[in-house]
Amino acid sequence: MNITLGHYLTVGAILFALSVIGIFLNRKNLIVLLMAIELMLLAVNMNFVAFSHYLGDLHGQIFVFFILTVAAAESAIGLAILVQLFRNKSSINVDELNTLKG
Amino acid sequence: MSQTLQTSNLLAVPLAPLVGSVLAGVFGTHFGGNWLGRRITHSLTILGVLVAFVLSMQTLWSVAADGARFNETLYTWMVVGSLKMEIGFLIDGLTAMMMCVVTFVSLMVHIYTIGYMEEDEGYNRFFSYISLFTFSMLMLVMSNNMLQLFFGWEAVGLVSYLLIGFWFNKPTAIFANMKAFLVNRVGDFGFILGIGLIVAFAGTLNYTEAFAKSADLAVLNLPGTDWMLVTVICICLFIGAMGKSAQFPLHVWLPDSMEGPTPISALIHAATMVTAGIFMVARMSPLFELSDTALNLVMAIGAITALFMGFLGLIQNDIKRVVAYSTLSQLGYMTVALGASAYSVAVFHLMTHAFFKALLFLGAGSVIMGMHHNQDIRWMGGVRKYMPITWITSLLGSLALIGTPFFSGFYSKDSIIEAVAESTLPAAGFAHFAVLAGVFVTAFYSFRMYFLVFHGPERYDQNPDAHHDDHHAHDGGHHDHTPHESPWVVTVPLLLLAIPSVVIGYFTIDAMLFGDFFKDAIFVNADKHEAMHELGHAYHGAIAMAMHAFSSAPFWLAFAGVVSSYYMYMINPSVPAAIKRACMPIFTLFENKYYMDWINENILARGARALGTGLWKGGDQSVIDGGIVNGSWKLVGAVSVVTRQLQSGYLYHYALAMIVGVFLLMTWFVWLK
Repeated sequence: MNITLGHYLTVGAILFALSVIGIFLNRKNLIVLLMAIELMLLAVNMNFVAFSHYLGDLHGQIFVFFILTVAAAESAIGLAILVQLFRNKSSINVDELNTLKG
Repeated sequence: MSQTLQTSNLLAVPLAPLVGSVLAGVFGTHFGGNWLGRRITHSLTILGVLVAFVLSMQTLWSVAADGARFNETLYTWMVVGSLKMEIGFLIDGLTAMMMCVVTFVSLMVHIYTIGYMEEDEGYNRFFSYISLFTFSMLMLVMSNNMLQLFFGWEAVGLVSYLLIGFWFNKPTAIFANMKAFLVNRVGDFGFILGIGLIVAFAGTLNYTEAFAKSADLAVLNLPGTDWMLVTVICICLFIGAMGKSAQFPLHVWLPDSMEGPTPISALIHAATMVTAGIFMVARMSPLFELSDTALNLVMAIGAITALFMGFLGLIQNDIKRVVAYSTLSQLGYMTVALGASAYSVAVFHLMTHAFFKALLFLGAGSVIMGMHHNQDIRWMGGVRKYMPITWITSLLGSLALIGTPFFSGFYSKDSIIEAVAESTLPAAGFAHFAVLAGVFVTAFYSFRMYFLVFHGPERYDQNPDAHHDDHHAHDGGHHDHTPHESPWVVTVPLLLLAIPSVVIGYFTIDAMLFGDFFKDAIFVNADKHEAMHELGHAYHGAIAMAMHAFSSAPFWLAFAGVVSSYYMYMINPSVPAAIKRACMPIFTLFENKYYMDWINENILARGARALGTGLWKGGDQSVIDGGIVNGSWKLVGAVSVVTRQLQSGYLYHYALAMIVGVFLLMTWFVWLK
C-alpha cells in the first residue's frame, strides 16, 4: 500500500481529535490536561512534517523544531506551576480549580 | 480742538463725586470704623458734587459760548485684535447740557438729603451712594465710546438697586429692588446685543468712528435674514433704553422703585438715570435716522407709555406713586419725540423735566416729612397753610409739568406735540392722539394730587393706619399730627429747582431747538424726517409761541384737566366715587396696572420657573443623571450579570470556547471566504 499525504494527515487529525477529547473528558487530573496539550502540538507537528516532505520544502521541518523547543519550555513552566498549585491546594483535580470565575 | 477744555478739568468732573463717595462709603460707615461723622460726610460729598457742578457749568459755558469741543481717549484699557476698549470723553452740546443737569439736580438732592435723612441710621451710606451715582451718571454721559457708556449704564443700575433697597429691612423694598434689577437685565440684554452688533459690523466702540461707518451699515442685512442690519441694531439699543427709561412693557419697575427714599426718587428715578435711555437714543441718532422701522417702534412704544401710564396716575393714592406714573408718562413723551426724529426736542424735554420733576419729587418728600411719613394723599389736605414754601414750589412744578405757557414744561411739551404732528411716520397718527390726550390726563392727575394735598379740608388726623410703614420711628417730639414746614436744607433746594422749572424753557428754547447748540451732537436726516424743519418754520420766538398756545388744543386740554380736577376734588367730591362705580371694570384694570405685574409674575416668571423645573427634572435629573450617568453603569451592570455566567472558572470550558471559536473561524474562512 502506498502511503500518501492523506494518511499522514489522517493520523494528525486523529491525534488532534484525541487530545481535544482528552481536554474535555478529563475531569480529574491536571497532568493529563498538560499531556493532551502536548499531544495537540505533536499532531500539528505531524502535519508540518508531512507537508514539508510532500511539498519538498524544508521550512516546515525547521518550524517543527521551534515548536518542540517552545513546547518543552512550556511544559517545564506548566509543570512548575502545577507543583506550586499542588503545594497550595493539595489537589490537582481540575473540577476543584474553579476560583477564576466571575 | 480743545483749546478751552482741559483734560484735567474734565477728569475732575466725574472723579470729584467718586472721591467723596469713596471717603464717605469707606470711612463714614461701619466698614471703615465710622471714622467720619455725619457733618463731615455730607460736607465732603457735597463738596465733591459742587466741584463737579462748577466745572460742568464752566464746560457748558465753553461749549456754548466758544464752541469748544473735546473728543479724546484718555486711557486704553485693553486692545483685542483691532478692537480697542478705551476710556475717553466726548464733550459737545448734548454732553455739556447733561453734565449740568446731572450735577445740578444731584447737588440739590445732596443738600435736601441732609434734612430728609436726618433721622436715618444709614445717613453716611446714603451720601456715599448718591455721590457714587453722580460719578456713574457722569461717566455715562461724558463717554466717547459704547463700552464706557455701558459701564456707566450698569453702574447707575447698580446704584439704583442699592438705593431702592436702601431700607433693606423692608421686604417690599427688597422686592422692589430685585424687580428693578431683573427688569433692567432684560433691557440691558438688548442693549449689549445692539452694541455687539455695532462692534461686529463697524469694528469699533468709538461713537465717532462707528457713526462714520453708518453709511456702510445702512446697506447691510443681518446675515441669514433679510432684515436691515441698522433696524436690528436700533431696536436692540432701544430695548436697552426701554429698560432704563421704563418704557412699556419694561416700565413695571419704576412705580415700585418708590420704595426707596424720596431724594433718590427725585435724582435717579425722575431726573437723571431714567433719562439715560433718552440720552442714549439721542446720542445714537445717526443710526436711528437710518431706520424708519425702528423710529416707528420708538414712537409707538413712547405713545403707549405716555398715555396709558398717565391713566394709572389718575387713581394712585400714594403721593410718590402719582409722581412716578407722571414720570413714566413724561418719559413716554420724550420717547415719542425721539421717534419723530426730534431728538433735540426730546433732550430739551429731558432737561426741563429733570428740573420740574425733581422739584415735584422733592416737594412730595417735603410733604411726606411734614406729614410724619404719611404718603397717602387721601389723608392730607390743607397743607398749604403749614408748608408755604413747599406749597408754592409744588404749584410751580405742577404748572410746569402740565405745560402752562411760559413755564419750561410748556416749551418742551408743546414742541413734542408739534413735532409729532409734523412727523410723517405711520405711527405718528396714534402718537399724536396719545400725546394730546396725555396733556389732559397729566393736568388732571397733577392737580388732583395738588388739590388733595395742599387744599381742601384737613384730613391728616383721620388716617386709619397712620404710621403703618414707619420704618424710622420718630422720637418723642412729634406726637401732634399737625404738619410742619421742612428745615431750610429742604426748602432751599426746592426754591433753587423752582427757578429753572419756570424759566429755563423760555431762555434755552432758541439755542437748543432751533439754534446750533446740538449741531454736531445730534444728526437728523432732514430730507426724510422733516419734523424739526417744519417746527423751525413755525417758530417765531419764545413769546410768540406761548401766546399762540392760548389758541391751541394742548393748552385748553390742560386747562380742562385742571378745571375738572378742581370740580371733582374741591367742589363736588362725590363725583370721583360715582365715576368709579360707573366704570368699575376700567377702574379694576387701572388698579391692577393693566395686569402687567400679574402677567410678569404668573406667566413670565412662572413660565420661566416651569421651564427651569422642567429642564431640571426632565433634562438634568432624568436624562442626564438618570439616563446617561446612572444609565451607563446600569447597562454595564446588566450586561455583566449575563456575561459573568460565561466565566465558570473551569479550564475545559475555556478550552471548549477556544476550540469552538477556532472551529467557527475556520468554517467562516473556508466556506464563506
